[in-house]
Amino acid sequence: MTTNNKMFGILVPVISVLLGLIVGAIIMLSSGHNPIKGYVALWNGAFGDMYTLGETVRRTTPLILTGLAVAFAFKTGLFNIGAEGQVIVGWLAAVWIGLVVDAPMIIHLPLAIFTGALAGGLWGFLPGLLKAKLGVHEVIVTIMMNYIALYTTNEIIRSVLTDQKTTSEAISATASLASAWLQSLTFYSRVHYGIFIALFAAFIMWFIIQRTTYGYELKAVGFNQHASNYSGMNVSKNITLSMVLAGVFAGLAGAMEGLGTYGSISVMSGFTNLGFDGIAVALLGSNHAFGVVLAALLFGALKEGAGEMPTSAGVPTELVDIIIALIIFFVASSYMIRWAILRFKKEEN
Amino acid sequence: MKNRKFLLFGIILSISLFLVACGTASEENTEEENNAGTEESGNTTSGTEETSTDYQVGMVTDEGGVDDKSFNQSAWEGIKAWGEENGLAKGEGFDYAQSDETADYMPNITRFVRDDYDLVYGVGFKLKKDIQKAADQFANTNFAIVDDVVDAPNAASITFKEHQGSFLVGVAAALKTTTEKVGFVGGINSPLIKKFESGFTAGVKSINPDIEVDVQYAESFTDPAKGKLIATNMYDSGVDVIYHSSGGTGNGVFNQAKDIKQNEPERAIWVIGVDRDQYEEGQIGEHNVTLTSMVKRVDVAVQDVINRGMNGEFPEGEQLEYGLEENGIRVATTNEEAMTEEIISTVKDWEEEILNGEVEVPQTIEELEAYVDSL
Repeated sequence: MTTNNKMFGILVPVISVLLGLIVGAIIMLSSGHNPIKGYVALWNGAFGDMYTLGETVRRTTPLILTGLAVAFAFKTGLFNIGAEGQVIVGWLAAVWIGLVVDAPMIIHLPLAIFTGALAGGLWGFLPGLLKAKLGVHEVIVTIMMNYIALYTTNEIIRSVLTDQKTTSEAISATASLASAWLQSLTFYSRVHYGIFIALFAAFIMWFIIQRTTYGYELKAVGFNQHASNYSGMNVSKNITLSMVLAGVFAGLAGAMEGLGTYGSISVMSGFTNLGFDGIAVALLGSNHAFGVVLAALLFGALKEGAGEMPTSAGVPTELVDIIIALIIFFVASSYMIRWAILRFKKEEN
Repeated sequence: MKNRKFLLFGIILSISLFLVACGTASEENTEEENNAGTEESGNTTSGTEETSTDYQVGMVTDEGGVDDKSFNQSAWEGIKAWGEENGLAKGEGFDYAQSDETADYMPNITRFVRDDYDLVYGVGFKLKKDIQKAADQFANTNFAIVDDVVDAPNAASITFKEHQGSFLVGVAAALKTTTEKVGFVGGINSPLIKKFESGFTAGVKSINPDIEVDVQYAESFTDPAKGKLIATNMYDSGVDVIYHSSGGTGNGVFNQAKDIKQNEPERAIWVIGVDRDQYEEGQIGEHNVTLTSMVKRVDVAVQDVINRGMNGEFPEGEQLEYGLEENGIRVATTNEEAMTEEIISTVKDWEEEILNGEVEVPQTIEELEAYVDSL
């Protein structure tokens, strides 16, 4: 049964992606574009040369972390829609430290990263606490927290970090994750050391969930709160802890963007979508740490490669969006695929 | 039962076939493309000085996209017009790359650089940082930014004296309003849009200091729903002329004005368009709610810079400012019914005064306060 489950965990996402690509191909065909050319462009746009490879990794980095943020909370049965807001406050906090603190790199950089994570954790703590103590549904609270994060951050950028400007100054070099070495390897792409932090975070999540008592308790609460309570676990502590740690992951994602990719923060006219994409990444990765890494890579590659489709294959940008959306659709409807496979199996027996 | 199994088998088979086909094709194609790429780049490097039509121009939009009915579209129209003049087609000689989010700017710019484009445009002040960075990294490519200033020897900056045009439409709004209340809907609260706001308010107050100007920002250039909401509140509170400078968000302002006009055809409701002549956007039945537009000839400026670059006279490191004098700014008079002779002649008078230097149009809120105090 367990081997079956494992096989399922791998098979279902793979089939979803394939179905998405096939339907995407049909749509391209029916609108008079060459799907093979389109997908070749997609592939080249993501892995074609060192530059795009670097950009793909760059795009994957925050997605791994937001994917972890959603997956982690999900292990405790919580739906963290708030990764988006946690990313934004993490980004702001990290850049803020990068701007105002003056210290050698060995202190400055970890401090900035840590503050970003802390800010994200705080943004997760509030919904967690409300859920644990008062039973307020975390979905509603986290959605609201997203808006609070977005508009508060915009106001802080305008009136505190700058004088009515839309972009903050660049952070000092001692807080930057950017790497001249990685950039020179990849034709000035914006790839930065954050990828190692993201991979390490994935390992940490796996370790907490699979190898510690805390992780066991978190999972137990996710399976059945009442049973966990009955067996002596502190349910409300576990719920809060889970949201805080989820927030920490998302806050780190924001810190990666702030310290690595951009080196500054700009007024955002809308959400970054990193947090929302994180939901899809976690779904596709079956809420497993390593699954999330692979799913984030797929998303990063799709998003990066999509940029190449209009220029080299003539596929309009709108169509590219539809194809990406289709893949997400099939991923989200993995339940359907699961059901179909089981159905076929039953018939066989 | 057998059918089902067969179906599953069929699906798997078709998937694998598809994959196989895809796999081989991709390898061949990449090779071909690589070859083509090297040949092409060889050609362009040797041929740039010989013929002018080798000149390739790319444009990176901001989130608004090329069909934003605003400055992105205007810039693209300029590039297209240049391409047609020189017998080029989209994808061969000129092209655009749409950015769906801020993270797309840099890859889009770099893609054009790697494809050996000679000149890459960044349209909108949001691309400033990325164009600056690209200009520093790729010394052999020329860059130009619209609506902001970058500092690099291989980059040109195109800005407009929007405050002048905004001042003139402010004059028109003040002459048109009957409720003594006009509105301003801004995109993102930023120095650039403040320039529009300052000019507009100054224009209104120059005609009648008692007219109230309701200023609101949507915090987005791409959110028509927000624009519509703001317009609803403004029109409900008695505002009868709204000047929007908010890109795609402004489409919501037009929608609301048209909705009101449809329900109450007698009510005098006006919108002032921005960047392009937005006359078409205001058409509802027999009426048109577009009073006038502050036309920013992004297309003229964009073409101007391309032509200079094509002739080997790229304005390196220069900051080009297009205003009334340079034909970069214009007030639209397409809606003849709304823009009466009287309004047009008053606007012309003020235009003269600006050109003569008798009126110094304020560009910031501080300058605006000083200006209003001096009235």
